[in-house]
Amino acid sequence: MIRKSLVALAALLGLAATTALAQTEIQWWHSMAGLNNDKLNDLANKFNAGQNRYKIVPVYKGSYPESMTAAIAAYRAGNAPAILQVFEVGTATMMAAKGAVVPVYKLMKDSDEPFDPKSYLPAIAGYYSDSHGNMLSFPFNSSTVVFYVNEDAFRKAGLDGAKNAPRTWKEFVADAQKLKAAGQTCVYTTGWPSWTHIENFSAWHNVPIGTKENGMAGLDTVFTFNTPLHVRQIAMLADLAKKGEFTYAGRQSQAEAKFASGECAMLTSSTGAQANIRRQAKFKWSVHFLPYWDDVKGAPQNSIIGGASLWVMGGKTPNVYKGVAEFFNFLSKPENQMFWHVGTGYLPITMAAYEMTKKSGFYNEHPEAEVAIKQLTNKPPTANSKGLRFGNFVQGREVIEEELEAAFEGKKSAKEALDEAVKRGNEILRRFQAANK
Amino acid sequence: MEKRVVFKSAWLPYALVAPQIIVTIVFFFWPAIEAVYYSFLVQDPFGLSSQFVWFQNFKDLFDDSHYLASFRVTAVFSLLVAFLGMSIALLLATMADHVIRGSLGYKTLLIWPYAVAPAIAGVLWAFLFSPSIGIVTFYLLKAGINWNWVINENQAMLLVVMAAAYKQVSYNFLFFLAGLQSIPKSMIEAAAIDGATPMRRFWTIVFPLISPTTFFLLVVNIVYAFFDTFGVIDATTQGGPGEATKILVYKVYYDGVRAADLGSSSAQSVILMFVVIALTVVQFRFVERKVQY
Repeated sequence: MIRKSLVALAALLGLAATTALAQTEIQWWHSMAGLNNDKLNDLANKFNAGQNRYKIVPVYKGSYPESMTAAIAAYRAGNAPAILQVFEVGTATMMAAKGAVVPVYKLMKDSDEPFDPKSYLPAIAGYYSDSHGNMLSFPFNSSTVVFYVNEDAFRKAGLDGAKNAPRTWKEFVADAQKLKAAGQTCVYTTGWPSWTHIENFSAWHNVPIGTKENGMAGLDTVFTFNTPLHVRQIAMLADLAKKGEFTYAGRQSQAEAKFASGECAMLTSSTGAQANIRRQAKFKWSVHFLPYWDDVKGAPQNSIIGGASLWVMGGKTPNVYKGVAEFFNFLSKPENQMFWHVGTGYLPITMAAYEMTKKSGFYNEHPEAEVAIKQLTNKPPTANSKGLRFGNFVQGREVIEEELEAAFEGKKSAKEALDEAVKRGNEILRRFQAANK
Repeated sequence: MEKRVVFKSAWLPYALVAPQIIVTIVFFFWPAIEAVYYSFLVQDPFGLSSQFVWFQNFKDLFDDSHYLASFRVTAVFSLLVAFLGMSIALLLATMADHVIRGSLGYKTLLIWPYAVAPAIAGVLWAFLFSPSIGIVTFYLLKAGINWNWVINENQAMLLVVMAAAYKQVSYNFLFFLAGLQSIPKSMIEAAAIDGATPMRRFWTIVFPLISPTTFFLLVVNIVYAFFDTFGVIDATTQGGPGEATKILVYKVYYDGVRAADLGSSSAQSVILMFVVIALTVVQFRFVERKVQY
């Protein structure tokens, strides 16, 4: 009996080995850790189980900058993966690398896979398309900045955080003062300072971050985020910091832990923080639109995305590309999109997936998960709010954050800090332009 | 008459030193030459297009006030690390030198931290002093000190100096202890008989006698702070807040690896190469010759 089943097992293994040989392996390098990594593997497994010609092999390569660096090194050595997950600030670098990447619209056309860029949320599709509307990379995990409020802390200060959470920055400042007076030690904190208070702030008020449609229409773009409106915003934050009503927590997502623990009453950070806050927070909280300045015409516009997209690397066989195209087609199916959206907190990237999630009743239970999509689709995106594309923006964002820190610390005035950030940022843009002639 | 072993074979001596030469060429000269070559290029990250720009990368660097500021940060950081690491080590070594019972145990324990990798040391200190979750932060807040190195430059500098010096204390301790033990006991006893206080004996006899060790350690510590503290910075402040702890070697890494600007990063490496050469010359020329007792 045992021998018989052993023989059967061996036969089965042999069979599995032969099918594995016939399969085309497709390497997918990504940066999804923890819970998100599990969900990503689930997607790959589902695709692999659904057909037997291709096998998607997801490989975790560290943080976003790490996996991008690894892929660049691998490309130079001639063994890059077929699919690479690149964070949004790396978009311009990847785009400029013509020959190293295969644009997604071309990949889909060449392999006759159905592909309709219009089925994606416009704010997402626009971010990853060239100026002719051709989609260059495949949007995968997208997030945006939203405004979190600790309702218990608001109630303690005699405010109604659920219905009357501050809608404008003016109301925000007034509420911050009341929260402080009520004994709140940390009133407000923010994750991703540049992404929130420069990039999304600009889009939300329909003002440019840089010329040439925020860099989307040409490499000769220059930064313009030192207008009086931007200065007003940063000066407001610096002033709050001085009064002890704004606690700076760092350049990445460190602020999210300060909100989840109940230490800070208000937070602006990524939608991606929701899963964690849901698990940790021992208080009532809610998610709202970002505040805006109500004297700015057209505000609020729509916010812009963060997160990452999938790039297809060059130099592979047509068979591999066929498999990648099929996989992308699989990923854009509403049911798979909804699985990813509900499981991770990232946005659904197609309208169909959004409608499907809505019908499932998920938002009735978790209204906070829908705020980001409403904010992102608040109005049709303009040239100022469809995204940004600045060369070497990993460095550029760093420069902005360094200067913001100088302003929050009180070492420089908001105007001085922003002028310096624009000046230094433009030097980086010129270097990028020179390198990509 | 000279007593030297002379190889008869023409090729054997070359064959014997070849492995060492090859290792040096492959792992030191080749990358160094490559770095010099890249420092004259402006290149996109994928290496698809590149321009030969002569000294443009160097010119850009020296026109950039932030690069020059990084020199100042590095100097302050290195001197603080060397001073803190050496003074604590000297204090501990003097104490350990006097311990009679269980001295081996003390010495072994004091050497332990040297086995900790810089990145691990950085993570340990970052956790202890983390503004959001650190245990030390918690007690500092209770004591009324607002500890937040994410935005306070001086606190950030203090943190990285402590983390970097902590690792170096053991190394310095070892050398200081050896130096102290080589001082003839008779000299100190003679001074004691003459009525010199322990303090006086230390500053007039012990300290001058260990000055060669001190100078050697000074150079070694500065080189350490310049080049080996990358892990500490990366695990804690990552150069911030602002650019308060962005030392030169961290900037090389950041611009080259994270920002994929190989030209500028290589130019910075070349500049650092000259700094190392200068430090080495100082060590050989002045330290090893002039410090005599």
